[in-house]
Amino acid sequence: MTRTEGKNLRVVLYEGPGSTRLEDDERFQTLSTLLDNGFEVTRPVAGQEVAPADDAPVLVLGLLDKHPPIAPGQEVHFRSLSDGDPLGAAREVRETTGARKLEAWKPWFPVIDFDRCTNCMQCLTFCLFDVYGVDKQQQITVQNEDNCKTDCPACSRVCPEVAILFPKYGKGPINGDIVRAEDIQREAMKVDISTLLGGDLYGALRTRQRDARKRFSTERDESKALLERKRCLGKLKKDLDIPDEVLMTLPTAEDIEERTARARAKLEKRQAKSQTVRDKQATTTDWGI
Amino acid sequence: MKILYCNCTYAKVVPLEVKKDVLRRLSDSGQAFDAVADLCDMSARKDPALNKIASGGCTKIAACYPRAVKWLFHAAGTPLPDEGIKVLNMREDSPDNIVRELLT
Repeated sequence: MTRTEGKNLRVVLYEGPGSTRLEDDERFQTLSTLLDNGFEVTRPVAGQEVAPADDAPVLVLGLLDKHPPIAPGQEVHFRSLSDGDPLGAAREVRETTGARKLEAWKPWFPVIDFDRCTNCMQCLTFCLFDVYGVDKQQQITVQNEDNCKTDCPACSRVCPEVAILFPKYGKGPINGDIVRAEDIQREAMKVDISTLLGGDLYGALRTRQRDARKRFSTERDESKALLERKRCLGKLKKDLDIPDEVLMTLPTAEDIEERTARARAKLEKRQAKSQTVRDKQATTTDWGI
Repeated sequence: MKILYCNCTYAKVVPLEVKKDVLRRLSDSGQAFDAVADLCDMSARKDPALNKIASGGCTKIAACYPRAVKWLFHAAGTPLPDEGIKVLNMREDSPDNIVRELLT
């Protein structure tokens, strides 16, 4: 099971008929503790709406005198708050039902704002970790959330339309704050990788590696090369806000070339396919069939 | 009108005092509501519970930036309806304003 799979246990904090009402402090503490430990909690009140039940397992918690009525066919467990701590009860039922456990992860992955996205595929080409893909309609999509490197917002930095969000990011507009004119201008400057690295990114990396090899062979000055690498990585980290661990896993220039070739081939295939469709449509119109 | 509260459990981007204050007043209000640990986490898992929220009529959502919430639901394959949804931003707004909007 990956970090992004599995159903959560839904806890219902019940205070209706057949139970004793909770003290305000107890209700708040129970809610707070359960939420802080990754559980979803519903507080139903007679005559008011909550999200309807789904097929996730349910735990009914409360100061229960008897079991409240439930919808038939649902997997429901009952625990009285007078029996002990609510977190212990929720954990025990979670174990029994095989529901998803709290993961020590920050849900960090790109979210695309399709009101802004132009499907330019810069993010797909730029991301080194296969987070992006295309769907059946040839629309850019986030297909491998798990692959995304926590705290790395680099792809949103290269998006020319400021269309990529990371809701857990600190600053706007990447965190989902509204996009202002000055943001577009600033991002447009950053997206110009030529400005950042003095030329095409892949070209720059190739040149840098070639030069580094040359320097090694002539000077054999390892410390100088390491200093140069450190300086370049420092620049990337500063300009694109890329965390150290991501920089440490950057692929080699050969890997990048291979990936670029793959992306280009994919694009050409797509273009050829859409050209065939256009040709077919044109033929149909010309002959009036 | 349903209420959904997001606790943003997996990151510290919503000020702790704001989210605790909103939850406390919601808890004391006698109002029915759903509370989730983290909408981002649910979106990443494409949790079917999001569909129940998105398709269940008018809803007020106390979470973060409306643009983020809108596209988190969309990313989960359960886009929010164009009408009847109000997103309240606990990253920017005061607990007073949020609770007032939630409970009126």
